[in-house]
Amino acid sequence: MTSPAPLRHKEIFPVVGLDLEHAGQVSTEVQRVLRRLGVEAEVVRRAGIVCFEGEMNIVLYTPGGRIILLVYDDRVELIFSDQGPGIPDIELARQPGYSTAPDWARELGFGSGMGLPNMEANSDRLEIRSRLGEGTVIRATFFRRRDEAAGSGGAAGA
Amino acid sequence: MRLREVAELVGARFLAGEELADREVSAAFAADLLSDVLAMVREEGVLLITGTVTAQVVRVAEVMNLAGVLFVRGKIPAKSTVEYAAASGIPLLTTPRLMYETCGLLYTHGLPGAKRKPLPFEHDQPGPPPP
Repeated sequence: MTSPAPLRHKEIFPVVGLDLEHAGQVSTEVQRVLRRLGVEAEVVRRAGIVCFEGEMNIVLYTPGGRIILLVYDDRVELIFSDQGPGIPDIELARQPGYSTAPDWARELGFGSGMGLPNMEANSDRLEIRSRLGEGTVIRATFFRRRDEAAGSGGAAGA
Repeated sequence: MRLREVAELVGARFLAGEELADREVSAAFAADLLSDVLAMVREEGVLLITGTVTAQVVRVAEVMNLAGVLFVRGKIPAKSTVEYAAASGIPLLTTPRLMYETCGLLYTHGLPGAKRKPLPFEHDQPGPPPP
């Protein structure tokens, strides 16, 4: 990395905790913004899925937070931050199937312990920082492979 | 298979997006757990068959670019959810049939299952057998 890629777009989306009526709204809006900016369809899809998982985590488990969208020439970043309870054991939470979800979240079709693993599977890099009683910050990075024109549907980060 | 044929086969009616009845459906995925839809469906243009009627079903359909959502067991989402789907171009259908019957009918009439994305913990295992 010699010269850093310039930032093309920055947008901050507030997320209200427990607002199930609007949960998912930020994700669809993020996809709209990315499409408008001409970001590759494969990145738009992965970012949408990761954003939805992160947004649901904030809505279901915290009083609220925000999602920051950063679009660079070579990558897209999504930063999720909340003032929630924090994640006691991040390694455990990254394991597929591990969940602390209450019954009411499961009844909504969530909380099967696939959120963080799915965020990991659909991003190229996922960094998680959490402090008990203070909150959690997650940064997901998606590299743009613009030189690979059409074809090659694009595999998620392995 | 077109959405119109899906509706005829399982006796479903459109709640939203009837003007998109000629939209082609490439495959189908059935689940009540939205987490599984988000983690396992990898194609676009898939029909989601579900008994879950929360507002998030339509958001998931939008984020994953699904062809439409078919509710089973006579389920109907809230009016605001139907209106949102109509405005977002997500066709919604509902059938009184149970999920098992609905899937069986569509499968035997040639609508294949969506290709499943391997989960992070399944890398070393063989995939499901082909139909």
